[in-house]
Amino acid sequence: MNKGYTLVAALAWRNLWRNPRRTTVILFAIVLGAWAMIVMAAYARGMSKQVFDNAIDNLTGHIQIHAPGYLEDPVIDYAFDSAQTTLKTALSDPEIAQFSPRVRVPAVVASERESQGVTLLGIDPVTEAKMSFLRKSIVAGNFFVSARDPGVIIGKKLAERLETALGRRVVIMTQDAHSKIADRGFRVVGIFDAMMDAQETGFAFISLGAARQMLNLENRVSEIAIKLHDPAHTDATLERLKLQLPALDVRAWYKLDMLAKLFQDTWEGSTFVWHLIVFLAMGFGIVNTILMAVFERTREFGLFQALGLKPGFILLQVWLEALLLLIIGLAIGNLVAWLSVLATGDGIDVSAFGQGLEMAKLSKVIPFVLTARDLLIANAVVLILGLLTCLYPAWRAARLVPAHAITRI
Amino acid sequence: MHAVVSCKNVKKVYKQGAIEVIALADADLTVDEGDFVCLSGPSGSGKTTLLNIIGGLDTPTAGEIIVADNRLHTMSKSQLAEMRLHHIGFVFQAYNLIPVLTALENVEMVMQMQGVAKHERAQRARQVLKEVGLEGLENRKPPELSGGQQQRVAVARAIVSNPKLVLADEPTANLDSKTAENLIDLMRHMNTEHGVTFVISTHDPRVMHHAKRNLSMVDGRIVA
Ligand SMILES: Nc1ncnc2c1ncn2[C@@H]1O[C@H](COP(=O)(O)OP(=O)(O)OP(=O)(O)O)[C@@H](O)[C@H]1O
Ligand SMILES: [Mg+2]
Repeated sequence: MNKGYTLVAALAWRNLWRNPRRTTVILFAIVLGAWAMIVMAAYARGMSKQVFDNAIDNLTGHIQIHAPGYLEDPVIDYAFDSAQTTLKTALSDPEIAQFSPRVRVPAVVASERESQGVTLLGIDPVTEAKMSFLRKSIVAGNFFVSARDPGVIIGKKLAERLETALGRRVVIMTQDAHSKIADRGFRVVGIFDAMMDAQETGFAFISLGAARQMLNLENRVSEIAIKLHDPAHTDATLERLKLQLPALDVRAWYKLDMLAKLFQDTWEGSTFVWHLIVFLAMGFGIVNTILMAVFERTREFGLFQALGLKPGFILLQVWLEALLLLIIGLAIGNLVAWLSVLATGDGIDVSAFGQGLEMAKLSKVIPFVLTARDLLIANAVVLILGLLTCLYPAWRAARLVPAHAITRI
Repeated sequence: MHAVVSCKNVKKVYKQGAIEVIALADADLTVDEGDFVCLSGPSGSGKTTLLNIIGGLDTPTAGEIIVADNRLHTMSKSQLAEMRLHHIGFVFQAYNLIPVLTALENVEMVMQMQGVAKHERAQRARQVLKEVGLEGLENRKPPELSGGQQQRVAVARAIVSNPKLVLADEPTANLDSKTAENLIDLMRHMNTEHGVTFVISTHDPRVMHHAKRNLSMVDGRIVA
């Protein structure tokens, strides 16, 4: 074993502070790069998580079951028996945290002044409360108190459009299971305030009991939405359900809300591109700095070789200097990134861009989500690519011919 | 007597574009253990080139060099470094010291690479620094030392691990005459007291005056 390691480590450390100005500048670049990578990853992760949470919360759930044909043409004709035993067995899967049966048909809601086309949902108040945004979004009145509650719950924006209010009556009109027009009056018992305007104007909720009665559906429903204990197990659970329910159409959230999936993928992909761009900018700076340091010390490297330090140790010395730079820069960068994510608290308020965000399936406040995995990736990118690129200047230093290095003025 | 250095027909040609510069033309040299050889000659006669080649810092175009029983032309860069570490000390005209290390650390460095225990190498380095008259300046960094003091540190470092051979390329060129005189005395002292073999290139008559053997170079050849 050669004994140069401690010497080389000590030299790398001292050389780092030999030109404090240059070291500070490059440290600043690494800190900035690490910060940009981590914060951007946290932002993208927050976006992605938000898109996902909203999609799931927005009635979609992780998995849904329909009768074949319903998704192409969501009308009353494609209803299925929710009391069948195979379905009940399938829904007892231990991965399933909650499921909620729904009647879901197009309808028209009319007040004495206005009418509006909506998606009418008949929901089970007990299961739906744990399923979607509705229960926690009620701002006036109350949620359904029984499975046969005779009231209707509408969004704030819809109430404005219909020029109606809590306690007033509206008429809901749709087609029943026998293709006859069904209409009935409902009292507005609750108003909800959702994250997105489309949710407030697009839906009207009645109790499952009332819906079945009005539409002559008996035990049938249009869909069953399912929430899992762990979203990561979506695909495995989906496969099991499909096997058990060959006569039904079982789909995961990303097949039901493809726009959400697209946005999520885009955000996660953008992180990668961003990392690459930041690293390219930073990498050039690092290599340049180390190269400059190497050229300045040409004579010194020649001297080291004359004194018997092997070329491998010269390489190691330069490389360790780069490693120290990277580690110090990353440590500070992580700290600063962590503090800035902490400082944003619940997230940044982007309500000024309200309309566009809705298209992008985002809410008005975007939380930063810092995951261990993203932190690890950002740090690994800087460290590994940084060390790889610094091999070049280190190699340049090691392959100098000592005689020429020493005599060079 | 045992030869520390033996050069036979050593040739070195530098190519500068189309022009070939013959730095060494069939140089022959044998240096015995305990010798104190002085190499003089006009500028460009090949003194530095020869010393570099003997030290394995550069490779000859042709010829055979044996240093402390190592056949240099058969060795890799790493092996040459290892050979220098254990057998050769260097003193250059200037820039001999690593600027981020103190005088003591500069002297210790070679022993550190050799794997000498920390306590022992510190003790030896202090002792040698004392011997070259730098007691009390151990913790100064090179910029805080005068040119003469720096050269003394370099001599201390060159001899501290008892090498077979010390190569010094114009060690006194940047020193005033009194300081130069002192440095030569020091090297001569190391030669007589410790039996260290020296090969020194110089233009300085006082150095030649101290030599056991004076050799002269002209046009890449050793003439006398
Ligand atoms: N790296 C090099 N490339 C090209 N030519 C070189 C190189 N090094 C030395 N030479 C040439 O080789 C010849 C011998 O040079 P060398 O440095 O050995 O002379 P020297 O005797 O040490 O001279 P001085 O007394 O000026 O130090 C000179 O003509 C010089 O120009
Ligand atoms: Mg010379």
